[in-house]
Amino acid sequence: MRLEPRTEPTRSIWVIAPLVAIAVSFLVAAVLALIGGASPLSVFAAVVRGAAGTQFALVETLTRATPLIFTGLAVAVAFRAKLWNIGAEAQLYAGAIMTVVLGTGALPLPAQILVPMIMVAAMMAGALLLLGPTYLKTHFGVDEVVTTLLLNFIMILFVSMLLDGPLKDPMGLGWPQSKRVIADAALPKLIQGKRLHFGFIIAIGAALIVWFINARTTFGYEMRTVGFNPRAARFAGIPVNWVMAKTALLSGGLAALAGVSEVAGLKGNLTLDLSPGFGYTGIVVAMLAVLHPVGVIAAAIFVAAMFVGADAMSRTVGVPNYIANVMVATALLTMVTAMLFTRFRLKLR
Amino acid sequence: MPSESTQPPNPANEIVLRLSGITKRFGPLVANDAISLDLHRGEVLALLGENGAGKTTLMNILFGHYVADEGSIEAFGEALPPGSPKAALARGIGMVHQHFTLADNLTVLDNVVLGTEPLWRARSRHADARAKLARLSETFGLLVRPDARIADLSVGERQRVEILKALYRDARILILDEPTAVLTPQETEALFATLKKLVERGLAIIFISHKLHEVMAVSRRIVVLRQGKLVAERRTAETDRHELAELMVGRPIPEPKVEPIPVGPVALALKAVTLAGEGHPRLQEVSLELHGNEIIGIAGVSGNGQGALADVISGIVKPSNGSLTLFGQEIHHFDPAWMVSSGVARIPEDRHAVGVVGDLSLEENVISARYREAPFSKRGLIDWRAVRDFATRIIADYDVRCPGPQAATRLLSGGNMQKLILGREMARDPRIILANQPTRGLDIGAVRYVHQQLLKARASGAGTLLISEDLDELLTLSDRIVVMYRGRMSAPMARKDVTIRHLGLMMAGHGFGGEAHAA
Repeated sequence: MRLEPRTEPTRSIWVIAPLVAIAVSFLVAAVLALIGGASPLSVFAAVVRGAAGTQFALVETLTRATPLIFTGLAVAVAFRAKLWNIGAEAQLYAGAIMTVVLGTGALPLPAQILVPMIMVAAMMAGALLLLGPTYLKTHFGVDEVVTTLLLNFIMILFVSMLLDGPLKDPMGLGWPQSKRVIADAALPKLIQGKRLHFGFIIAIGAALIVWFINARTTFGYEMRTVGFNPRAARFAGIPVNWVMAKTALLSGGLAALAGVSEVAGLKGNLTLDLSPGFGYTGIVVAMLAVLHPVGVIAAAIFVAAMFVGADAMSRTVGVPNYIANVMVATALLTMVTAMLFTRFRLKLR
Repeated sequence: MPSESTQPPNPANEIVLRLSGITKRFGPLVANDAISLDLHRGEVLALLGENGAGKTTLMNILFGHYVADEGSIEAFGEALPPGSPKAALARGIGMVHQHFTLADNLTVLDNVVLGTEPLWRARSRHADARAKLARLSETFGLLVRPDARIADLSVGERQRVEILKALYRDARILILDEPTAVLTPQETEALFATLKKLVERGLAIIFISHKLHEVMAVSRRIVVLRQGKLVAERRTAETDRHELAELMVGRPIPEPKVEPIPVGPVALALKAVTLAGEGHPRLQEVSLELHGNEIIGIAGVSGNGQGALADVISGIVKPSNGSLTLFGQEIHHFDPAWMVSSGVARIPEDRHAVGVVGDLSLEENVISARYREAPFSKRGLIDWRAVRDFATRIIADYDVRCPGPQAATRLLSGGNMQKLILGREMARDPRIILANQPTRGLDIGAVRYVHQQLLKARASGAGTLLISEDLDELLTLSDRIVVMYRGRMSAPMARKDVTIRHLGLMMAGHGFGGEAHAA
């Protein structure tokens, strides 16, 4: 068996690959369900019902998808330019910190001003957080995979310090949590009495804006060119380091919006368990979407549905909800493998 | 001449290698179409053909890297098992690749022995190996120091090691794939002398090349491949370069005509340009004046500062010392985009890695240096319709064969990729052209096309710096020629005062000793 390069690239595979990835993940999950002592069909039915069977389930899925769209976009933007941002988690917390710093009463402003202000400040914080590793990469060749990944741990410890210090809620009975955001800083709910909030709309808007940037602007062109071939880009006179820096600002800013959206739209305050790894899951989302911003929306909803559905399923069928992790991971692995076949074909000899 | 009198005492026309009806397909492409040929003992058989004619595929089949779809190979009267390089080696077939396969950090002796000894032997028998190497090297006049590190050897010496490596494995059939591509004319002559000695001793050699004069100089028989087919077989004594060129391309090829024209004003001036490098400087006090309506050829063995010079004029690096003047204006800000907008066209050496972005479409590639300008973009928004119109015009004007402006650029052949680059660079009527190896790896048709374009630009007033390792090209196109050696540049010489032999000596460093501080 050997790999031979394809002379003709196939376009259909960009559509087929994600579908195959999902199919394979279901197949693996079926085996696990059998091992867990349940019929695969009943497990899948329970997952689908739990993710989209009721209005409550659907709302829950979209709520969970919201931060994933932001982090998925952040990763997709960076990866497109071959800037390996593994630090969306840290950038998310940077956005969350800015939200509670500005949104818990320090600035008594009307919502129309306060919310945009928080968003801009949060994006700046997330952007700056990624700018450091990017500078080290472009000027000293320091691997950004390492620096951005390690910043995640530094950031979570920093948040922990803040929550036991300056940002600690005096009324919090000693729990490491911040004060709640004031009403003017909160994102409105989309449906009265449900958890889905305005952050979802912002996320969709962000995806469309990124799409527009990629397709129509010189900046999108620069990111693509630098990502595919930095040497040729430099030869053509594209300022590679500056493009990297701009990409970092956009990517970090998008990830920070996930933090704003979670705190101001859903949780109301900052805690250490604000993100169950949204930053890392964003990588999966971006890969499943083959880095396409609109694909990110679909991929985020799929991944969110898996997790929400599996939670519900484990309550009814009794198979552990870790099956969702397995399914998402399998989908990712299949996807990455499938991407290989856009450039190569398998030849049996 | 010795090559004509290679009639060894033993049966002179013993067939050592016979390929019968070799066919190899890659998808719809037929890379080799029923090729049959015989190789006799004691002869140099030249395999001539353009890029993509199927020369390398054929040799890869012979050496066992590929398996032919049809056909068979016989070596020394016995069938050669397909797909086994090991069997080919054991049968005495040796191959010297265009890109050497030597370990830089090992000695000559280590490299020669490498792979011939079992891995688990505790101590290698270097004494025996050393004796055998010494014997071979003396017999064939291939002088090398067995204990020298490969990294310290010149290109010509490395090639000798490659040949010794094959001989050490008792090769009786030697395949040389484009062996002269990296050699100076003097080194090439030395190689040819070696080949003569080898065939006198009864070896059979297949010499793969697309350079006509070399094929004429070294071979006894010539086989011409075109589009996977064996189109002609000639005795070297009974053919000439024009016939071979036609056979290779399949149609008559007119030689470019260079008419003398008066030069224009100075377009580009370099004054004592120095570029520091690790160890010794990459450029050392290089001075040159390029006028309009002229082509200056830059000769030199690759790696003697041509790349650095191209980088400086492309605006990629800033010289550490000295000045560069464009149309009388000194440049302080070295930036590729600025160079392009001041009228410098740049044809880079490596079109795949630097000239284009293979994963982007043709239309995306034609604007890579100009995407910030109208009409291609306004206020940061790209006008894809204007871009597509521009790309379509280049594709039509420069005859780029492609599925369309939105096809991925990496699917283009080398020639079409170069035409795309040429079109992109020439589209704005450049006044200075920096052409770095513009025809390397192209077939004759595409080479002629590039030459015509350069001459057309010359006629319309552009000054061209032509960096090339192909001396024929330099002597055909250049008005004046300079030679680069270890980062220094010779004084310009008018074309009529230059011979290949003279250039070869200068490329090897003659005449540079005293000039080190003169410039």
